[in-house]
Amino acid sequence: MPTNDLSHSNVPQPSGAQYMAVQASPEFQELRTRLRRFVFPTTIFFLVWYALYVLLGAFSHDFMATKVFGNINVGLLLGLGQFLTTFLITGLYIRFANRVLDPRAAKIRNEMHWSEQ
Amino acid sequence: MNLSILASTGQIGNPAVNIGIFVAFVVITLAIVIRVGRRNTNAAEYFTGGHAFTGRQNGIAIAGDYLSAASFLGIAGAIAVYGYDGFLYSIGFLVAWLVALLLVAELLRNTGKFTMADVLSFRLKQRPVRLAAAISTMTVSLFYLLAQMAGAGGLVALLLNIQGRAAQSLVIAIVGVLMILYVLIGGMTGTTWVQIIKAVLLITGAGVMTLMVLFHFHLNLSEILGSAQEMVHKATTKGVAARDVLAPGAKYGATTLSKVDLISLGIALVLGTAGLPHVLMRFYTVPTAREARRSVVWAIGLIGAFYLFTLILGYGAAAMVGPDTILKAPGKENSAAPLLAFELGGTILLGVISAVAFATILAVVAGLTITAATSFAHDVYASVMKNHQVTEDEQVKVSRIAAVIMGVAAIGLGILANGQNVAFLVALAFAVAASANLPTILYSLYWRRFNTRGALWSMYGGLISCIVLIIFSPAVSGAKTSMLPNADFHFFPLQNPGIVSIPLAFILGIVGTLTSRDAGDPELNAEMEVRSLTGVGAEKATHH
Repeated sequence: MPTNDLSHSNVPQPSGAQYMAVQASPEFQELRTRLRRFVFPTTIFFLVWYALYVLLGAFSHDFMATKVFGNINVGLLLGLGQFLTTFLITGLYIRFANRVLDPRAAKIRNEMHWSEQ
Repeated sequence: MNLSILASTGQIGNPAVNIGIFVAFVVITLAIVIRVGRRNTNAAEYFTGGHAFTGRQNGIAIAGDYLSAASFLGIAGAIAVYGYDGFLYSIGFLVAWLVALLLVAELLRNTGKFTMADVLSFRLKQRPVRLAAAISTMTVSLFYLLAQMAGAGGLVALLLNIQGRAAQSLVIAIVGVLMILYVLIGGMTGTTWVQIIKAVLLITGAGVMTLMVLFHFHLNLSEILGSAQEMVHKATTKGVAARDVLAPGAKYGATTLSKVDLISLGIALVLGTAGLPHVLMRFYTVPTAREARRSVVWAIGLIGAFYLFTLILGYGAAAMVGPDTILKAPGKENSAAPLLAFELGGTILLGVISAVAFATILAVVAGLTITAATSFAHDVYASVMKNHQVTEDEQVKVSRIAAVIMGVAAIGLGILANGQNVAFLVALAFAVAASANLPTILYSLYWRRFNTRGALWSMYGGLISCIVLIIFSPAVSGAKTSMLPNADFHFFPLQNPGIVSIPLAFILGIVGTLTSRDAGDPELNAEMEVRSLTGVGAEKATHH
């Protein structure tokens, strides 16, 4: 048996023309736009925020060493802030994917399988 | 404190207890691996556990795969000795998961089957792209293996009081043989269970130690930091006492060059994770993109919590054990966490924590070995050498042979690299992954015009530039801390090549694509995009 078949299960496989049609459909275009409108800006945000943090860590030792309360300084708070934003973005993405992406993807998937039969 | 006397003579805890707890771990996990190994009846079972793990199980296994000895021993040790600069490592390692969650995990799950190359070669020319992806998979895995095996040597020195180089090498060989056994018998299912058990033990152990440190200092973080700084100022080891461990700069702050090095490291860490083949392969062990997403969420939660623990453990070790004692111990900074365990809970806690650290190395090397062996069997042997004219059973057989060869190579390299800084070696593996793999993964998922030439230029360009810059960096020669301290042929000034090789690989992908007229097959492009976003072909329709 040749092994370049990428299917995971025994569902019937749609044809190339069908994929082209689905790709051009407004439903698919909407799914694609929604995904990209969420993940691209979010990625830029966390990369810039992380870059800012690393740059401050490399070049602004005095600022990072500024005491806020007790021995807790700005550097530690910004570092913990990175943890916080990572958890927050994870939570926001899950909510977005469950509400916006999953139902749309399932709809397209089911329509494709139905049209097989 | 009698601890410092014990540590300076190289003997802490009771080696018999350490070995006993470790042997118990091996026996229990081997029994489980043998049990689940019986289910490995076909290739999908062997390579991916039959896509049958849940998101939660896979998330815990990812944490087990990711929280290597570098994270536990290396980061806690770096924080104990350098303070804040060690914390920077853990932040890079964590934030990196957002790249995997937002851009890679689900789309990759929807388009691939066994390996990273499945996705990269989906709509490009199969053989050259698969070969390039397999070469880079094996290179990254070997770098990562090297780091883990190097850590095993130092750990053995500390925990079993084995000082001789020959005896340490023997223990490294035993670790290697055990790992080969796990992979041969258990396949991906067995390896995954070893990682799940290890992750639970490691995170629980670190959590308990964190609570003990917090209670010792009356739940006052400021007090821990204050005591840590005080102990550092009192240190007699040369150059340590002057360090401000609560702010950045103790490790990467002396010169502009070292600051640039810190930035280079930061880039490699944050972009490396989503290009690590052994992490990517874990997404195939779940049935759907939704479960892949769930696994990343579990992984982020566990990994994030763990790095918060290491922050407390690192400063706790500085405050309660002190940098002098840590640096005099046989494992140097890698021994901070075990020494802290001894200080907190005596022989038994030290034994448990050491066994967990050892199990960590074992589980991670098993995961790396199966990744490299699968890539060889599926991408190089089946696709490139045999043009897909092989059965899946044959692929499993070839993969088992490859696992043995990888295991033997890892033992040899581990013996050579014994004593190198673990977290630093892992950072190099991240740089290679971010340069050779990530650009092509992102382009092939998000850029329709991307073509074969772009992929090959980016993968080979990233891989070769990264490796060449490492070879001619102070990491290899020309400095006291180099792998070859007596030679000097370095011309690249930075320890980590990420700041050069990663942008270069991204640019090469664009230039290669645009200079080639190859626009790809529009039907395949459409198929990949539709599959990656909807899961068609990878998931059963819900009406069936």
